[in-house]
Amino acid sequence: MSNRATNLLVPIVSVVLGLIVGAIIMLVSGYSPIEGYAALWNGIFGDLYTIGETLRQITPYLLAGLAVAFAFRSGLFNIGVEGQLIVGWFAAAYVGVAVELPKIIHLPLAILAAAVAGALWGFVPGLLKAKFRVHEVIVTIMMNYIALHVTNALIKTVSEGGDRTERIFASASLRSEFLENLTEFSRLHLGLLLALVMVGAMWFILEKTTLGFELKAVGFNQHASEYAGMNVNKNIILAMVISGAFAGLAGAMEALGTFEYVSSKGGFTGIGFDGIAVALLGMNTPLGVVFGATLFGSLKYGALNMPNAAGIPIEIVEIVIAVIIFFVASGYIIRLLLLRAAGKKKEAK
Amino acid sequence: MSFMDILYFIVPSAIFYAAPLILVAIGGVFSERSGVVNIGLEGLMVIGAFVGILFNLLFADTFGGMTPWLALIGAMVAALLLSLLHAVASISFRADQVVSGVAINLLAIALALYLVKSIFDKGQTDFISERFARYNVPFLSDIPVIGPLFFTSVYNTSFFAIGVAILAWFVIYKTPFGLRLRAVGEHPMAADTMGINVTRMRYVAVMISGALAGIGGAIYAQTITGDFGHATINGQGFMALAAMIFGKWHPLGAMGAALFFGFAQSLSIVGSSIPYIQEIPNVFLLILPYVLTIFALAGFIGRANAPKANGKPYIKGQR
Repeated sequence: MSNRATNLLVPIVSVVLGLIVGAIIMLVSGYSPIEGYAALWNGIFGDLYTIGETLRQITPYLLAGLAVAFAFRSGLFNIGVEGQLIVGWFAAAYVGVAVELPKIIHLPLAILAAAVAGALWGFVPGLLKAKFRVHEVIVTIMMNYIALHVTNALIKTVSEGGDRTERIFASASLRSEFLENLTEFSRLHLGLLLALVMVGAMWFILEKTTLGFELKAVGFNQHASEYAGMNVNKNIILAMVISGAFAGLAGAMEALGTFEYVSSKGGFTGIGFDGIAVALLGMNTPLGVVFGATLFGSLKYGALNMPNAAGIPIEIVEIVIAVIIFFVASGYIIRLLLLRAAGKKKEAK
Repeated sequence: MSFMDILYFIVPSAIFYAAPLILVAIGGVFSERSGVVNIGLEGLMVIGAFVGILFNLLFADTFGGMTPWLALIGAMVAALLLSLLHAVASISFRADQVVSGVAINLLAIALALYLVKSIFDKGQTDFISERFARYNVPFLSDIPVIGPLFFTSVYNTSFFAIGVAILAWFVIYKTPFGLRLRAVGEHPMAADTMGINVTRMRYVAVMISGALAGIGGAIYAQTITGDFGHATINGQGFMALAAMIFGKWHPLGAMGAALFFGFAQSLSIVGSSIPYIQEIPNVFLLILPYVLTIFALAGFIGRANAPKANGKPYIKGQR
């Protein structure tokens, strides 16, 4: 079996194993896995409305996945997508309610605000990594909590003591009547197109520009890149900034598309952490992220149907996702087993 | 309110909030000193909190006042088992340790909530009837100043946590086991050459971290919240991780940092009734631990260096 084929098989095997573990857990705790997965299926593809909502759920996952994957390619682990998403969400919603402008200016401005806020939140760990060699994982985790508390405080200030902002002006909204009519009034919005454009943008940056080449080189080997005359520090900071901008855009999807406001949060949205799963499953390639986001977005939205249709707690899907991450991370052992299985077949011939 | 009254009010509450953080941070010290990054502390705490509450609810009638302590043992075992998953992935399967930790966190909260919903048919458990009780330490609480500060209406769990921290310092710095643990985390190949079983040391270290995180979670749930729901732990594990780093991977340092973070947390909760402090917007107190950790890492408050082999799987024969 070729190396490429094994690389592709690892995520597939992981997903299958994850679903099997989920089935076993349902069975052990007295539910029917067949009913459960049927409910999940209907929750994803049941009718036009659910399909629209599923696509809506996939949108932020695409961008969160891109954010994690982009940093990964430069050798950085951005666990702070969650925090960057939250500040992006706030920034977009703030621009959405603070001013009223013609749509052609307002909407791009709100989206840009989200990207800039996310980029800023990514800049801090990038700078600390470049200047002080501080491990980005810890800094980004801390930045997540800072984002959570700071945005909550800002929301309180903006809404004069309340726990959510006003609805954004229509001129900043991503919603489209066309998409809503198409999907029986789901909340599907134009953000999906923007997310897909960003998938293309990431591919373009990584594969077609000098910047992308340098970022990947730094990801492979910092010392070699430095020896080749690249500015490693600049590239580390840039990678975190771009990654943060993607994450901020994911926040804009929630602010301008799905909810059209921002409310204070008791805990994290979880989208940022699921972005790690998306990127890993997609092997950190833009196209892979599309598959990963589609899978996890669908699972997440479809799960909402499980308590009603089959009486199964929605957390079962979270368990499945966690198990999938676990197996993808343990790719070494799956690869070993696959190779061994392939080896045996060869001997039998 | 005089200054001393404020201290009498805030210091016991700080110690009370710090106890679970101390235990979990010490757990992190064990794991990371052996070279295994453990982002999964949060998840291990969640499982500890869930099993602790569940045990307490199930057996409160059987064991009476002893229930919270016995629940700690249940929580310890459950979290230890979960930490084995992290150990297998990151040591034997050579998984990225951060990713495996993230998976542990997701899995723990999902599994716990799944079980809560399956068992109780609602989003959170009932409230426990047997909690850890506050009490005044006889004689010591009569000492002026120190008595009201440290020995009045205290929890035994606080003394337990501080005891564990001192014990951990002794184990890590004064015993052959501790020397081996540190060696494995700094230079596993050298340790291997000297006949130390790197894999076994790391497994033991991760299991210790799981056990302590489980106990910490159960203490948190049984002293502070009293039930288990999705927001019970809510970042305490990451706070402990921060304490471990702020304490520079040293057990007593971690304890000091945890006490300080406990202080910041209790300030953010009771601060509104204290003059001067109520003037400070709450958000600054909430983010203080995290900001300080970033400063500590950046070297503004003394350099914090991780164990050298932290986060790297050990592959025999690889240079």
